[in-house]
Amino acid sequence: MFDLTGKTALVTGASGGIGGEIAKALHGAGAKVALSGTRVEPLEALAAELGAGAFVCPANLSDPDSVEALPKAAAAAMGSLDILVNNAGITRDNLFMRMSDDEWQSVIDVNLTSSFRLMRGVLRGMMKARWGRIVTITSVVGQTGNPGQGNYAAAKAGLVGMSKSLAYEVASRGITVNCVAPGFIATAMTDKLNDEQKGKILGQIPAGRMGLPEEIAAAVLYLASPEAGYVTGATLSVNGGMAMI
Amino acid sequence: MSDIADRVKKIVVEHLGVEEEKVTETASFIDDLGADSLDTVELVMAFEEEFGIEIPDDAAETIQTFGDAVKFITEAA
Repeated sequence: MFDLTGKTALVTGASGGIGGEIAKALHGAGAKVALSGTRVEPLEALAAELGAGAFVCPANLSDPDSVEALPKAAAAAMGSLDILVNNAGITRDNLFMRMSDDEWQSVIDVNLTSSFRLMRGVLRGMMKARWGRIVTITSVVGQTGNPGQGNYAAAKAGLVGMSKSLAYEVASRGITVNCVAPGFIATAMTDKLNDEQKGKILGQIPAGRMGLPEEIAAAVLYLASPEAGYVTGATLSVNGGMAMI
Repeated sequence: MSDIADRVKKIVVEHLGVEEEKVTETASFIDDLGADSLDTVELVMAFEEEFGIEIPDDAAETIQTFGDAVKFITEAA
């Protein structure tokens, strides 16, 4: 099950907690992986840990030219590009009344617009191959909203609508487009929360704990696999029961 | 028939799975040959690769028939 031998995958945000685990899971299933992110050092460390079949493809997702070049660089390094995992994301939290245009725009640019450009960039090869997997990491807050995260929630909800639209367009070509919506996952991003915030969050999670990056990676691995070929336009929630949508 | 027209016809026949006789000068990809909008995008991609040319989006929109495609490619190649 879930054998990706001979497949090639690009993972954005691979220097982060969730992205790194996704890269490990895909590589562990036999795929070649292109690791993308802005910080080269952690990417190289991860590539060294994975060994053969791991390639470092740095990119700055707030720069359109860098985004356009990324799928080409990844395909050149690996020979093809069968699987795209849009994982990279940033937060610029602020209360709505205080949110600046810059805080809004930077989150939309990196979290939503760069995913659009990457999806557009990988489609040609996938269409020709009549096989492709696009998996985008969204968030429970795109489904429920979250105070202080109007920009982030908008971008994440936008990714779902965009993915569904693309799923319609390319389903007949063997390409699936899906989302994974994590709840609260123990990463550097959630480490920033204070104990009171964490306590409040845990109270809302039936599972009574935060999720692990590996649990997101497992969902991505499934959606990237040949076995998930009949699943498209879906959002798989991995949230400990926090929002049963 | 020119060499370009033959090559274009081969791509259309293979991609759309239609009979060669149906691919006439005025045959519309969508109305006569059963292409959907995504097929037309793929045809343009295939023409670009076969002939080593770039077909910009606004030009691609004007290529509605087999004859349009042959004419555009003849002028561009």
